[in-house]
Amino acid sequence: MVTSAVPATGTTSLPVLVSKSDTKPTWCPGCGDFGVIAALEMALKRLKIPPHETVFVSGIGCSSNLPHFLNTYGFHGIHGRALPLAEGIRWANHGLHVIVTGGDGDGFGIGAGHFVHAMRRNVKITYVTMDNEIYGLTTGQASPTSTMGAKTKSTPAGVIEHPINPIALALASGATYVARGFSGDVKQMADLIAGALQHEGFAFVDAFSPCVTYNKLNTFDWFRQRVYKLESAGHDPSDITKAFARAQEWGDKIPTGLFYKTDRPTYEDLEEVLQAGPAVKQPCGLVGKESILDEFL
Amino acid sequence: MVVPTTPNGYVCSAASSDPMPEITVRTGGAAGDGIASVGDVLGRSLSRMGLHVFGLNAYQSVIRGGHVWFQARASTDPIYSQGDQADVLFALNKETAQIHLPTMNAGSTIVYDPEKFDLADSELPVGTKKLAVPTLAIARKYSTQSILQNAAGMGATAYLAGIPLSVLQQTLSDSFGKKKGDVADWNIGAAGDGYRFAEKNSGANDHAVSPVGAPKPLMTGNQAIALGAAAAGCKFYVAYPMTPASTILHWMAAHAQQLGIVVKQAEDEIAVVNMAIGASFAGVRSMCATSGGGFALMVEGIGMAGMTETPLVVVESQRGGPSTGLPTKTEQGDLNMMLGAGQGDFPRAILAPSNPSEAFQYTVKAFQLAEDWQTPIIVASDFHLSESIMTVDRAEIPFPGPIPSLYTVESNGGEYRRYAYTESGVSPRALPGQPGLQFKAGSDEHDERGHLISDVLSGVPIWVAERAKMMDKRMRKLEGLRTAGPVPNLEGPANSSLSFVAWGSTVGAVRDAMRLLNAKGVTTNLVRIPQVYPMATGILVPMLTQAPKTLLVEANYSGQLGHLIRAETGIDLRNRFLKYDGEPFAPMEIAQRALEVLHNGH
Repeated sequence: MVTSAVPATGTTSLPVLVSKSDTKPTWCPGCGDFGVIAALEMALKRLKIPPHETVFVSGIGCSSNLPHFLNTYGFHGIHGRALPLAEGIRWANHGLHVIVTGGDGDGFGIGAGHFVHAMRRNVKITYVTMDNEIYGLTTGQASPTSTMGAKTKSTPAGVIEHPINPIALALASGATYVARGFSGDVKQMADLIAGALQHEGFAFVDAFSPCVTYNKLNTFDWFRQRVYKLESAGHDPSDITKAFARAQEWGDKIPTGLFYKTDRPTYEDLEEVLQAGPAVKQPCGLVGKESILDEFL
Repeated sequence: MVVPTTPNGYVCSAASSDPMPEITVRTGGAAGDGIASVGDVLGRSLSRMGLHVFGLNAYQSVIRGGHVWFQARASTDPIYSQGDQADVLFALNKETAQIHLPTMNAGSTIVYDPEKFDLADSELPVGTKKLAVPTLAIARKYSTQSILQNAAGMGATAYLAGIPLSVLQQTLSDSFGKKKGDVADWNIGAAGDGYRFAEKNSGANDHAVSPVGAPKPLMTGNQAIALGAAAAGCKFYVAYPMTPASTILHWMAAHAQQLGIVVKQAEDEIAVVNMAIGASFAGVRSMCATSGGGFALMVEGIGMAGMTETPLVVVESQRGGPSTGLPTKTEQGDLNMMLGAGQGDFPRAILAPSNPSEAFQYTVKAFQLAEDWQTPIIVASDFHLSESIMTVDRAEIPFPGPIPSLYTVESNGGEYRRYAYTESGVSPRALPGQPGLQFKAGSDEHDERGHLISDVLSGVPIWVAERAKMMDKRMRKLEGLRTAGPVPNLEGPANSSLSFVAWGSTVGAVRDAMRLLNAKGVTTNLVRIPQVYPMATGILVPMLTQAPKTLLVEANYSGQLGHLIRAETGIDLRNRFLKYDGEPFAPMEIAQRALEVLHNGH
């Protein structure tokens, strides 16, 4: 029931492609996240995914502000909880393209539990993490992917915990599309994100996205000196054992590209109720189903 | 183990003072004995006779062993609680006899099997009879499964209660559903044997009730909540298992395909509330349910629903706290948490049904309020309401059409303001997928368009003013909610000597206590606050101020509703009957306390 129309303040044609919104990014100049948003916009444009059928979902952190900067629907939720929020959106309307963006603290720290479960469910969501190995918005504390020994405000004597390996964790948790990008290579990242958006299942793209303000260790240069492309190394992304082996590589050589891709029914494929179409478009209520009361007799 | 006892000095018993034809049967044994099944069949047989039924299932948080009992009370008149003393007791072990014999009515009968335990006449309270039924011998006729003794004892109990054998056997048969075959036949046979044994050997049958009309639906509070959600158009239900909310999940899961509801068990309650909010944001009616521990985890998400103005229905079925507390016992100790859930201020409402009929109605209402006011609505249940069974009248649970969406919009190409300032505080709501209305729902403070102002606020006058305006807009919804839900009402004569004040499941025992008092010539009434928050103080205050005396009855330690009433109205309810031992209130103890207050209270 439409009870209220939008007051007209001007007549503009509806945007048909995803582009920047009128909100300017709040990231520091030179932030790796600019490369990620450029790659996202590029991939969405290439696939001609309409902005009104796209929902960006995020938690809290510098990178989690991203939904505000594009002309799509967006839900900027609470810290670490973007994935369950996105899953709920998918199950209510699986006609929507749902993309989750966030940082390493949001996704692998406070949100680690949801990360694992979203992947084993194989919900059709594209999850792009802007992994900068630091907490930026809270001004420079250690993150779950901070390097051992890294000195931060919360670890002045150096980190004494082994970092999480997001790629290996994704492979172990049942993600069906696992990739790594680097903000220093927007074209490669756009290709990986486009592949993720087209993938029927949970697609994870861990994007190295250097923090130019608080992480003086894992800088653009640091990554540039180390990254190499899996496809140029002849990696077979259908082989999970080899994907696990590549995921262990760190140090002088760090692989980027598609680690693993496989086909498995999505949660939406297996949820019986959704076979009748998106829940939001289905009938609801009990009118005509009064006989259900008989079971209480 | 605490069971209903006769309060010291209270002269009347339910049986002698109360003229209404009613019966209370109790059955008890160890966990794993199938007590709940026996109780369910007895209760359901009584409801099929057209009687009003209330059934209480008392169990411990163990799967095997421990003491378990079930009480079914039935009456030709409406009843609102499990009552007090029992007329027939079927004891599967000696412990049950020892615990429950002291709480039997005069003229009552205990059914037991001497092959299982001895029961000397000297152990019986004056006026209580025993009926020795060879339940194990009957069971052996059919099978080596001793569990059939239940059916035999149930048959004898049913005879004493006045349940026709045909009704009992049909109910028993139906309880096996599609799993017919030998086991069902054995049970039906053993129940018949027990029934006929009692018929032949019990002598005078003082307590028997008779069929009075068409069968009445019998359901738990949780089933009523689930049914209400389905009726309101719920399309997404999500939960993490937690007693006593889990049976909502069970009902929803069992009916998911039939009713077209997406039902999800999530990894924790944080995921639960976020999934529910996500689904609601995308346009479906969604609900989640939990108990106190899970609700504590949902708190941040509930605040996000308030901030992003996303409809949300959360059921909080309370159990004894604090912490893990009393998982299978009742309490109303989470009101403070529901009131305070979330950082900062945002509008919310808390509805507190007292019985399954209201659980259905208030759940439908909760969906309507959530949709109309775009904010979280909490349905407060508790173990006693969630897990007790009670008959409902069909007329009390009408199925509405799905709750309509209000304040929707369509694009005309102009600028869309998702959080536009309005008089009511409610703004036009677009759903993802609608062209030209893209907006951002933000948990940060935002302006009318949903743009963050949190990051740029620091003292800039325009944004400082914007923040205050946006808070005012949201909080205007709280004023609208104050009278949008069920408002306080007075039950009973206006000019009474005492006014009870109660909420939630406690209301049932108060209603029955009022009738006990009435039978003694003491007229009382009940100030009922069905929507606990926000409180319709304009309606409530005159009710409270005209009462000569009040008695607040709550199942918690600190009198949380009393505190809220004082905060909202300035009225201090000084006579308080607070119970926090995990057991539900019984009518007699409330009546007793009322008499004390009338003599000595404030």
